[in-house]
Amino acid sequence: MNVSETARFAWQGVTADKPRSGLTTLGILIGVAAVIILVAVGTGSSKSVQAQIDALGSNTLTVQAASTASGGRGGPGGGAIAGFGAFSQSSGATSQNATKTHTPELTLADARALATSKREAPDVLGVAPLVTAQSVEATYDGASHSVGSTIGTTPAYLLIDNSSVQEGRAFTDADYTQHRRVALLGRTVAEDLIGDDTSRLVGRVIELNGIEFTVDGILTSKGSTGPQDQDDRVIAPLTAVQDTLSGYGALSAISVKATSADTVNPAESEIESILDARHDVTSADRDYSVANASSILGAATSSNRTFTVLLGAVAAISLLVGGIGVMNIMLVTVTERTREIGIKKALGAGRADIVGQFLTEAVLLSVFGGVVGVVVGLVGSRFTIVGVQPAVAPYSVGLAFGVAILIGLFFGLYPANRAASLRPIDALRYE
Amino acid sequence: MTRPVIELTGVTKTYGAGETAVHALAGVDLVVEPGDYVAIMGVSGSGKSTLMNIVGCLDVGTSGQYLLDGIDVRRVAESRLAVVRNRKLGFVFQSFNLVARTSALRNVELPLAYAGVSRGERRERAAAALTRVGLADRLEHEPAELSGGQQQRVALARAIVTRPSLLLADEPTGALDSHSTAEVLAQFDELAVEGRTVLVITHEHDVARHAKRVVRMADGMIVADERQAPLDAPPPLLSARAVPA
Repeated sequence: MNVSETARFAWQGVTADKPRSGLTTLGILIGVAAVIILVAVGTGSSKSVQAQIDALGSNTLTVQAASTASGGRGGPGGGAIAGFGAFSQSSGATSQNATKTHTPELTLADARALATSKREAPDVLGVAPLVTAQSVEATYDGASHSVGSTIGTTPAYLLIDNSSVQEGRAFTDADYTQHRRVALLGRTVAEDLIGDDTSRLVGRVIELNGIEFTVDGILTSKGSTGPQDQDDRVIAPLTAVQDTLSGYGALSAISVKATSADTVNPAESEIESILDARHDVTSADRDYSVANASSILGAATSSNRTFTVLLGAVAAISLLVGGIGVMNIMLVTVTERTREIGIKKALGAGRADIVGQFLTEAVLLSVFGGVVGVVVGLVGSRFTIVGVQPAVAPYSVGLAFGVAILIGLFFGLYPANRAASLRPIDALRYE
Repeated sequence: MTRPVIELTGVTKTYGAGETAVHALAGVDLVVEPGDYVAIMGVSGSGKSTLMNIVGCLDVGTSGQYLLDGIDVRRVAESRLAVVRNRKLGFVFQSFNLVARTSALRNVELPLAYAGVSRGERRERAAAALTRVGLADRLEHEPAELSGGQQQRVALARAIVTRPSLLLADEPTGALDSHSTAEVLAQFDELAVEGRTVLVITHEHDVARHAKRVVRMADGMIVADERQAPLDAPPPLLSARAVPA
């Protein structure tokens, strides 16, 4: 009995009761599709986190005050406003912050120290102080938009953040030192205010929480990766934001760019040694933390992996349940076709022939379910699921399909063996 | 003297044990020579079906010896019994036992497929066997599309297509009307003329009249064994009509 003959018998068996075979394959189908889609959701969310971190730049470091700090806005005032160049240019204005070394907060002086210490910090390419303003409402000509993040910073920030201006121009050091109320709008903000033709907004005056700002430029889109829209932001000179929106408090963060991705770690040590000296702390009682993109990525990746594994486990269980469905149907089939088995044995069918036929039937059911499941999984992964654009992991397709076949083999083996070990005399007598 | 096809010596079959034991066969000795046409008769419970199952290698006796074509079947492993059934035996059952939803041709091909015969040869031999039983125009019909007599002739074609040493028929006409019975019995007669060894189990005298030899059973034992025609002669009803052997 050759393979094609066995396959033909199996095909006959499978097609004999189409609704039942269909329902059986449905179990496998759902299992396979679930594995593919859920793993794709997990992979997709990993990718979106990674994209967000990539958008920051892999050689970007963020210095933040330790969590005991009260944050920037509304904190003790007194920070002198100093003109502050992109890298090392200093306006020469005095800063009282230099003396406030024991409060757990980051000051403009800290940022300036990092920027001017070219010798102590050779791996630091750029430094930008950041303040953020909360719940800012942008309005223009009757339209309004609640801005996702409003950042006050220096012109250097665009370089550090890998951002660029698509329409109009970036603000300058002069804008910064002169406290000019100018703003760069993210694409989402701009589109909300004026529609698709965002270039018309350049040079116009919008209001941020009722305060007039001139739109200097529109930022190049960074894309919305995952639930977080990277284009929902407004960037303005730090001085202007402090004047109008955030108040003169500590910095929210200091953004630092290392000279390259390879120098991120030395740059981190350099920042720490400079700030440790300024804050008079050691690594044990540090009142700030330095995070780099790769450490954020590492944490995000590991939590995403757990997430993906959990989803995969749920899907694997449904695949297993589908396999038990196949076994159930095959057991029923064997019972139903006992007589046929008896006839075939009387005609000289060997054990291998009978096992082969029923095993092939089980595998056919699961392969069919697997193929359709892969199709459904691939199609299903094209849709956005709970805000995540799934990314199909090729391994999950192969894995789900392979496991479906193995399930057919494994769960088909018992019924097939039961069929083959029926004594012909009993099988023939069976009514 | 040629080797007998069937040689049963003191074969018994007991179901159950102890007080409730049922002795279906209580020591049967039977020798069937090649080319013989034997009818085994008996009422229900006489043990004839048990005998048929043992002869057909579908069951094994509790004790005694059974040589099929000189092979001691009890010494053959279960896995090899399939090969013995395939090569040595052809079965015809009362209820036809064709594989449903499968064409007549493919039903007849089945034993050849298990024997590993190539597809082309299988098709050719199966078609020839079906032509032989007068169903050349029904090759692609499925069992449900055939009459009882036609189905039994498909079963007959399936039984002879492997050219077995022994053709076993268990009440082959039990489910047929008189016309179909005549058709099928005529086929058995022809096979006997060709020199095939045929063993028919029946309780109908009309069927037994066709056989060269009639063995009667009662209570698991052979109680009569009479010859109606010589071993090397045509079956009795055919010789009466003077058909050349």
